[in-house]
Amino acid sequence: MNHDIHLIVNGEAYLLSVPAHHTLLQVLREQLVLTGTKNGCEAGECGACAVLVKWPGADHAEPVNSCMVLAPEADGAEIVTIEGLAHDEQLDPLQEAFITTGATQCGFCTPGILVNARALLDRTPDPSETEIREALVGNLCRCTGYVRIIDAIEMAARAGREVAR
Amino acid sequence: MQPFDYLIPKDHAEASALLAAGGGSVRPFMGGTDFLIRARGGFIRPQSVVDLKVLPGMREIRQSPDGWLVIGAACTMNQVAAHPLVLAGYDLLAQACNSVASYQLRNRATIGGNCCNASPAADTAPALFCLDAVAETYGPAGARRIPIADFFVGPGRSALQLGEFLTAIHLPPAPTGACGAFNKLGRTKLGDISAVSVAVYAWEHDTETPRRDWRIALGAVGPTPLRAPEAEAALAADASPQGVQRAAELTAAAARPIDDIRASAAYRRAMVAVLARRGIEAVLAGIARAGLQAVPFGGVPAGSVSPTGVLREGRPEQMIGGAA
Repeated sequence: MNHDIHLIVNGEAYLLSVPAHHTLLQVLREQLVLTGTKNGCEAGECGACAVLVKWPGADHAEPVNSCMVLAPEADGAEIVTIEGLAHDEQLDPLQEAFITTGATQCGFCTPGILVNARALLDRTPDPSETEIREALVGNLCRCTGYVRIIDAIEMAARAGREVAR
Repeated sequence: MQPFDYLIPKDHAEASALLAAGGGSVRPFMGGTDFLIRARGGFIRPQSVVDLKVLPGMREIRQSPDGWLVIGAACTMNQVAAHPLVLAGYDLLAQACNSVASYQLRNRATIGGNCCNASPAADTAPALFCLDAVAETYGPAGARRIPIADFFVGPGRSALQLGEFLTAIHLPPAPTGACGAFNKLGRTKLGDISAVSVAVYAWEHDTETPRRDWRIALGAVGPTPLRAPEAEAALAADASPQGVQRAAELTAAAARPIDDIRASAAYRRAMVAVLARRGIEAVLAGIARAGLQAVPFGGVPAGSVSPTGVLREGRPEQMIGGAA
């Protein structure tokens, strides 16, 4: 059965007819063709499908696994995917740091990690290495060994503090 | 995934009626973190789901006039773990919520879903057992309250009847000087399901003579989460280093573990003793720290996934909550 939902994705408003049993991940990838968000495990383990969701009535966005959200639940939500992380042709400091440190190898986990790391820095602008590792527990990377990813997030945090100064 | 419909109930009665009429093919839905895995795997083939979190109060945390904390069943793990009232009086529960899976999953997973799945490994359960939580449900016969230990009936089986759903978790007023520690063991340090978990909780008994009451509850080592009453009594009588060792052994004796894919029964029992000892020592250290710094309240730093108990002072006027 299909449901009509309103949602805002990366600043653009959509009215979509979505099957009740589809996930937000399917809506983003298959209906909106925002394929930066990846479909990894479909079990909430790998974090490749992470997006930022601001639920109706909430005051800020939080990262969720989009494979764990039913499409009709997203009615009224504001969503930021990896495609929405950059602004005005300007990459997010995290994206810059991932490029600088070489934190990406195959790239499949990268969108989810960037989105989740953005949320981490928004709530904890100056995270310790432990806090970074804890925040990334639900983002599996089978290439990098995580070391450069952690370096990149620390670098972006420093860059963010420079800007704030 | 097999197609199903998504229903938004207009009130509790309609939600109950939908669930009852569906006879199991209409499933309750909150965070979806277990439901979606089972539905994708074909283990359940629902005709429709009823989204219970839209109902009034389901996503709220509030203090009742009699001082109990009422946590709506659809509150997420992150919401519970970060709530000022939870941090002020029920840090043990915050530790347990923070130990579940990953940050982004904790934005979906709910405390009520954790209980309703009735997994013996449910990470919030040992904390809720220690805190004498009471489950509030709504069903065809109206609302009822069930002590948490009676809510867990068997592996994957709760006390919920057809058409009945969990609406809230009630916690008695936090006793003065309460301190808790939750420790779990999985394949990885963080994020994994528990192969063993132990919650330890102590508070000062409200008498002239200094005395402490203890609670110890275990996860993933029995058909349901369970308490270790003999260890609790032994600790109340003797919390010396020898007494702690004795209590850890009694806790292991209370476990009823099985061999399964995650661990052998023998390993589980041995680890119960280790986690119990660590938890008791953390609580004793927390109590000692609190004794040193006589801060009225809010003076102790928050620990997120703290391996040691972090003590929070209860409000002086609060009384020891009556166990349900």
